[in-house]
Amino acid sequence: MKKRFNIEVDCAACAAKVERAICEIPGIKSASVSFVTQKLSLEADESAFPAILDECLKAGRKVEPGFEIEF
Amino acid sequence: MTKKEKKRTRNIIISAVLTVIAVLLSRIENLHPAVSAAVYLLAYAASGLDVLLKAISGIRNGDVFDENFLMAVATLGAAALGDFREAVSVMLFYQIGELFQSLAVNRSRKNISSLMDIRPDTANLETEEGLVETDPEDVPAGSVIIVRPGEKIPIDGVVLEGSSELNTAALTGESRPRSVSEGDDVISGCINTEAVLRIKTTKEFSDSTVSRILELVENSSLKKARTEAFITRFARYYTPTVCIAALLLAVVPSLIFGSWKQWIHRALSFLVISCPCALLLSIPLAFFGAIGGASRSGILIKGGTDVESLADIGTVVMDKTGTLTNGTFSVSGVYPADGATEDKLIRCAAAAETYSTHPIARVLREYAIGMDLPSDIAEASETAGHGVKVRSSEGVILAGNGKLMNAEGIPYTPTDMSGTIVYVAADGRYLGFIRISDTLKASAAEAVRMLKTQGVKCVMLTGDSENSAAAVASELGISDHRSGLLPEDKVTHVETLITDAAGKSTVAFAGDGINDAPVLMRADVGIAMGALGSDAAIEAADVVLMDDDLTKIPKAMELSRRCMRIVRENIVFALATKAVCMILGAFGAAGMWSAIFADVGVMVLSVLNSTRLLRKTE
Repeated sequence: MKKRFNIEVDCAACAAKVERAICEIPGIKSASVSFVTQKLSLEADESAFPAILDECLKAGRKVEPGFEIEF
Repeated sequence: MTKKEKKRTRNIIISAVLTVIAVLLSRIENLHPAVSAAVYLLAYAASGLDVLLKAISGIRNGDVFDENFLMAVATLGAAALGDFREAVSVMLFYQIGELFQSLAVNRSRKNISSLMDIRPDTANLETEEGLVETDPEDVPAGSVIIVRPGEKIPIDGVVLEGSSELNTAALTGESRPRSVSEGDDVISGCINTEAVLRIKTTKEFSDSTVSRILELVENSSLKKARTEAFITRFARYYTPTVCIAALLLAVVPSLIFGSWKQWIHRALSFLVISCPCALLLSIPLAFFGAIGGASRSGILIKGGTDVESLADIGTVVMDKTGTLTNGTFSVSGVYPADGATEDKLIRCAAAAETYSTHPIARVLREYAIGMDLPSDIAEASETAGHGVKVRSSEGVILAGNGKLMNAEGIPYTPTDMSGTIVYVAADGRYLGFIRISDTLKASAAEAVRMLKTQGVKCVMLTGDSENSAAAVASELGISDHRSGLLPEDKVTHVETLITDAAGKSTVAFAGDGINDAPVLMRADVGIAMGALGSDAAIEAADVVLMDDDLTKIPKAMELSRRCMRIVRENIVFALATKAVCMILGAFGAAGMWSAIFADVGVMVLSVLNSTRLLRKTE
């Protein structure tokens, strides 16, 4: 299933970096990060979501320290 | 301003003040240079610390070549060459550019959201204690709310009491008001203009039309355009390439000509110029602008890819019933026979249909409202597949198809006109026939004309008979039509058209979204018409027209082409400016200062260029 989250990301290049990092997390079928609307869309199994969100935040912060997800 | 923007602004101000102090200190003759150098260092730390930290974390992550790395190397390099002032100023301007980028994007995001000014703030909920102003999100389905004139309907529902006019302009772009009264469904986002309405909500706020539309538009930027994906990929190769070029620029000429310092300095300017952020930003912003601008005209586009497909449409396939036509029947011609009058023909036909429940009967009765019908109607009998027969003051009246006339032995002249033909006879005498057919939508002819002017091929598909299909097609000037199709035939036909287009252009299908979901999904661009309130259509289509104005199809295509033009302009402009600056930089004609100005300038201009799309299209 697909879910969308409000996020905070600083620039267009950063958004691309975060997107690439999140796409590599196992269990995520697809991910898209938009700098313009400050949104993240994630496709993964429903049950996996809480754990995956933590991983996304970690992976995103690693490449872009200012990355935030609004839960 | 967000917290981050405030922090950035603060750092910029501190850094700028420190820079000015350092410049002044460096002018004092007897002061040790280490003093001004120390202040420069503080100024640099204030503006550049987070860039350095990000560059380091980038290197640690194996993702070396990003804009932080470029800026870090360029400024540290300048400092190493002894030009502290340049190092600090470039970092400062880079930060100002970043701040501006962030502000510009927030600003356009707000602009686009305010275009979609349909979100209701409160709902007046009827409770036992009287009216309570409530957050629409807290109103359960099945509640009763009051909407006063001038207020937005907050939640989808049905009118319990009152009748009024609704302004749907924010949803459909259509300025003509829609009248509603007791029992009518109303959708959220419309503005009540005349009188108080008491409404029973049928949905929760999150499922209401307003929420769904806002969600669709806000999430459109997540469905990324191919161009955007391409540029992102391009940037991944571009930055390292420029870094290598800068390295070569620093080393090779120096080995040949000497003067290391000069060439290293030029290489550093080269690095600053290569920052790809303006390019990366301007493209999604243009797509978002186009989608926002379209939504203001009642055209919802689901994503950047759909804008690209819309811009490339070569064929528009349209469903007939409900899309090109209204899907409702009405009298389209009255043809009295020799010696009979039109008036008598209509009166007799309506009288014959007095007791019939057939849809055609209703049309005829409504057509004759206000006329003096034959009296003493009795012995009404209806034969399925033939027609009706009644006794009246005008004698025995027959109304039906040719079979009825044959069966009753009435001599009549058959016609090959399309639509439903009702032959009428009274007292053994043939009176003529009445033609009943589906009516064309007012916007259909104009839309087909606009599409043809844009060089688009129009195709009509229908499950209806060849006769009526040909009539509609010729009236609208559509040269290609197929009739008698089952829903799966429509899919096959659209697939053939897609194969024929061979990837050079795209094929759009426009339908009313009720029975067309498979075709809507299969077409390159599925366009659902009149989808106000229809969830299934919104789900299946790529483009959703809020009302059923067909001319919005060519309008959406034009807007999309404008968007693609702006995207191309932004790409060419950004790359060309960078190329020119790089060449100038390599020859020493443009320093780090002009490089950073070029970078910020390109970004500002492409942001402004993108926001042109928000202007309303007429």
